[in-house]
Amino acid sequence: MNQLLEISFSSLASSIHSWLSSAIANATILNVVEMAIAGVCLLVFLVPLCFVLGYMERKVAAFMQLRLGPNRVGPKGTLQIVADTVKLIFKEGLTPNASDKFLFNLAPIIVVVVSMLVMAPIAFAKNFQLWDLNIGVLYVTSISSIAVIGILMAGWSSYNKYSLLGAMRSGAQIVSYELSVGLSIISIVIMTGSLKISDIVMSQADGWWIFKGHLPIFISFVIFVIASTAEINRAPFDLSEAEQELTGGFHTEYSGMKFAMFLLAEYINLFVVSAMAATLFLGGWMPFHIGHWEAFNHIMDFIPSSLWFLGKTFAIIFIIMQFRWTFPRLRVDQLLNLEWKYLLPISMVNIILVTIMAIMGWYL
Amino acid sequence: MDLFEAIFWFLTAMAIGSALGVILSRNPINSVLFLIATFFAISGHYILMNAQFLAIVNIIVYAGAIMVLFLFVIMLMNLNADVEPQKSRLVQFAGIISGGILFLLILAALRDMKAAGVIEKTATDIGLMKNLGKTLFQNYVFPFEISSVLFLSAMIGAMVIGKKETLVIDKN
Repeated sequence: MNQLLEISFSSLASSIHSWLSSAIANATILNVVEMAIAGVCLLVFLVPLCFVLGYMERKVAAFMQLRLGPNRVGPKGTLQIVADTVKLIFKEGLTPNASDKFLFNLAPIIVVVVSMLVMAPIAFAKNFQLWDLNIGVLYVTSISSIAVIGILMAGWSSYNKYSLLGAMRSGAQIVSYELSVGLSIISIVIMTGSLKISDIVMSQADGWWIFKGHLPIFISFVIFVIASTAEINRAPFDLSEAEQELTGGFHTEYSGMKFAMFLLAEYINLFVVSAMAATLFLGGWMPFHIGHWEAFNHIMDFIPSSLWFLGKTFAIIFIIMQFRWTFPRLRVDQLLNLEWKYLLPISMVNIILVTIMAIMGWYL
Repeated sequence: MDLFEAIFWFLTAMAIGSALGVILSRNPINSVLFLIATFFAISGHYILMNAQFLAIVNIIVYAGAIMVLFLFVIMLMNLNADVEPQKSRLVQFAGIISGGILFLLILAALRDMKAAGVIEKTATDIGLMKNLGKTLFQNYVFPFEISSVLFLSAMIGAMVIGKKETLVIDKN
């Protein structure tokens, strides 16, 4: 029984590693094989994840609008998203004649690859991480800022004025909201004193930052959620694909699997952003503890760390999905005003408060 | 050839190839995209030297921010291969001569260099964030602050220029 309880993702990974290193002598081939295994695992995780998120989005939308949602294909409509995927696979992938063909086909690949690269430093469970590099948080912000290049590429190469307008809006939006995301991440970095994801999670062993960081950290949590919703172009900030004015924005000309890749990237980004919010503010895989109440803490420790991580992540995804059906879409000037006149000044003042708190040790 | 060396040569070929692509492609958009690829290759080199912070800052500042602005400007002005101005023969001739002289200079400077093998510098940790921050804020704090003041003045200058233009439009 004891042995069964000790099975975890980290022990699984280390036993696979020791088995492989006994089987393969050459270090280079061992590295390549392990990277390939990690990549396949990531893909095997991501595709069902996108199915779940797609189904969840429809059901949450239906729940918010007092509808039933998908309920025909499969039990409770769970296979609806599979049917949609099959439809998209069999659709013709058109490439417009006047477009820049190479860039047009490259853009969806770049968008998907970038969103998958960001998964690398995320801690899925205790001691279970693809790459725990010592600038983890900075890596996430920098790589996710590359996505805008893919979007601009898609918009420009389509040779369509709506696509170009959508890409421009998206670019302006991502570049400006990146600042607030960065500043709210910095507030956690100041408290932790490290950019490493594992250090940030470990620093929350005696209480998540959202609880022990008091009001300033709560403010930066709210700013992080708002600004990253804008950064991944989700409603109410989906001006880049505002269908009433731009007929689909930067992906107007895309169809079939190329369009599906943009959809895939959107869901992966949603997961990554929520996972980052859970890691930075809600303790990542750390279980919920109350002070020195040992009995309660032991029961919480019994729940696996991967379930804690996924639970927190999906809670934030649920909140972000509810935004979509709660707030109307912003106008462009309102969007930029919100960032430059409200979120950015608030987060700058907030940084000063957080710094004072960190220096004086006014937390916990 | 181990993995390190293989990655090194791949990144080197990518950096030089895409740098050539920047100057050889007719379309300005392709040039910018090649430049982004070059920055990624150089960031890869930084990571090989265990300078992760520099690598990421290189991506954030150049590939993420400056190149996006470049793309914006080029897309808004709608520059294509067709509208690219054709230089006169005289200018082309002058360009060839000055470029050739520069090439000769580089060749003369590198004449005595010996071809060294790939040196693995993974053991150093000077490029890590902690050491870099300590170096910047202890040994080089004065130049660091001066350069940040320079950036601040440039930003304020840009704002002042932007403000003036809107005022002129209002009067009209």
